Amino acid sequence: MSKTIINVRHLCAGYNHNAIMEDLNFDIQSGEVFVILGGSGCGKSTVLKHMIGLVPPVSGQVFIHGEDITNARGKARKRLLAGIGVAFQNGALFGSMTVLENIMLPLMEFTDLPREAIEAIARVKLDLVDMGHALYLLPDELSGGMKKRAAIARAMALDPAILFLDEPSAGLDPLTSAELDRLILELAGALNITFVIVTHELESILTISDRVIMLGKKEKGIIAQGDPRKLKADPSNPYVYKFFNRNP
Amino acid sequence: MSELNIETVSRTTAMLFSGRLDAPGVARLWDTAVKTVKKTGRGKIRIDLESVDYMDMAGATFISHLSRLAGSTPAEQSNVVTGVKKEFAPLLDLSQKSKNEALSPPPKVSYIEKTGKDLTTSLEDAKMFITMVGEITAALFSCLKNPGRVRWADTWMVAERSGVNALPIVILISFIVGLVMAFQAAIPMRMFGAEIYVANLIGIAMVRELGPLMTAIVLAGRSASAFAAEIGTMKINEEIDALTVMGMEPIRFLIVPRVIAATLITPLLTVFSNLVGILGGMVVILSFGYPPISYYNQVVGFVSWEDLAGGLVKCFVFGLLIAATGCIRGYQTLRGPSAVGDATTRAVVSSIILIAVFDGIFSVIYFYLGI
Ligand SMILES: Nc1ncnc2c1ncn2[C@@H]1O[C@H](COP(=O)(O)OP(=O)(O)OP(=O)(O)O)[C@@H](O)[C@H]1O
Ligand SMILES: [Mg+2]
Repeated sequence: MSKTIINVRHLCAGYNHNAIMEDLNFDIQSGEVFVILGGSGCGKSTVLKHMIGLVPPVSGQVFIHGEDITNARGKARKRLLAGIGVAFQNGALFGSMTVLENIMLPLMEFTDLPREAIEAIARVKLDLVDMGHALYLLPDELSGGMKKRAAIARAMALDPAILFLDEPSAGLDPLTSAELDRLILELAGALNITFVIVTHELESILTISDRVIMLGKKEKGIIAQGDPRKLKADPSNPYVYKFFNRNP
Repeated sequence: MSELNIETVSRTTAMLFSGRLDAPGVARLWDTAVKTVKKTGRGKIRIDLESVDYMDMAGATFISHLSRLAGSTPAEQSNVVTGVKKEFAPLLDLSQKSKNEALSPPPKVSYIEKTGKDLTTSLEDAKMFITMVGEITAALFSCLKNPGRVRWADTWMVAERSGVNALPIVILISFIVGLVMAFQAAIPMRMFGAEIYVANLIGIAMVRELGPLMTAIVLAGRSASAFAAEIGTMKINEEIDALTVMGMEPIRFLIVPRVIAATLITPLLTVFSNLVGILGGMVVILSFGYPPISYYNQVVGFVSWEDLAGGLVKCFVFGLLIAATGCIRGYQTLRGPSAVGDATTRAVVSSIILIAVFDGIFSVIYFYLGI
């Protein structure tokens, strides 16, 4: 169970050689729900994009299953990417396809399953995020929260071992957001899926996450890490304490 | 690897799965398994998962799909599946919970209905176009009465982007048109010893027709499309709605600067186009051994100020048409992934059509005016 699946080593994250985060080091265990926290604009999405190999780091490495994704090219990169699922902050659904086709696309590309099977799997994934009623709508006809849920379903399409979710519950009502939390816990439990989640929802952090790191914009690094319930109770770092207790 | 063994014992068919039920495993077994269940019929199937080592959502979906085919009620369906290992039970639950009912795709519209709908949309489209032309005209007049309300900084920027930056391409195209036309005309005219009159031909053709037309077409391709894309993207991003609710009329804010800029720069660009086109013709005449001064005299002696003025007046109208069409098409952008692309295409097509039509109208008017 407690095998490390992601190692971040000396990662300087940023764009065009401008580091936004400097020298990040942390490990993520297999099957854990790991949350990245921080104020708006501090670089959470940026760190996430580095961890999935989308943006080349200023320096440092990110190892997934022991392989460095920042330097992986060609086949190795493709294999690494097939093992992770990503739901972007704004959904990033393909606009010319219906919701169902969006979920079916990765299955069509990467498996030999017959069409009937692909459709059945895609429907199950959409039902999991309570989108079973919107199969034939275009992304354009969805609300913000529906887009988000469809994006999560697409990220899960190939049953990846690691799911990266950028603000999955932003824009969802409390009930749907709680549903999503339950789903995350269920999947982490049932499938031993590792979750790396960027979120601000305090409630959801306290419910789902095993461990958090909090990034600081000024510090350009990790300002706190560990069990969120302990961080909430510990007043030794005033900023972190205020953050968790919603006390400006 | 996944395996499926089928055993029939006293009217019950047992399907024994083993190995890894993940996407590749399911892909191998799907067809056989589904066929077996359908052939055997309800109530006589048992699905055994005792020797399954690994199962993910693809596998779970597979099993629930089979159980749904094998039993009619949920109770029956869950009885069908036996030997589920503890670690896979939650997965199966998740996939069985999903209703997976056949929500059928929306019906296709018939050809006649589609044609009718297309017709109404194009009529509505034409109506909106005309309304917008009216609104833009009104906005232009109110801005002329009150020039302080025009956003001059934006106007200058548009003038630079669609005017100054278009100069190289306008010059290139006009030069080549002048050169090629002179060359083609010189060959037959030379047979009559009349090649010097190529100068008259080029002069009058560039100044009255080709200069304005070439400039207008370049602008339609460069700027009408750009205006449509800019405004279309703003529409999609709800920026236009934001302007509206902040009480700033989008027409004055976005369209008027573009229209003013394009209307003013088109005649300017045309002057360059005329000059360079005539220069292009001169290269051909020089190569026949005539001195530059005789080409110059021929052009200046033949082309009148009315010709030049007539051409430039046309350009004001072309500039207005191009900018207004581009902006209106952008403003009409609907939602959807290809909406901005459609808007730019329509902007270019409509403005070229309008240019051609108005060019014809001007020819008729100038003919009656004797210009
Ligand atoms: N493509 C980019 N190029 C250059 N800088 C960028 C780029 N994307 C983001 N930034 C900068 O990086 C910083 C961090 O942005 P990021 O999107 O990672 O923030 P975030 O923590 O995810 O914020 P939020 O909670 O609002 O999503 C910001 O200051 C932003 O201006
Ligand atoms: Mg972000």
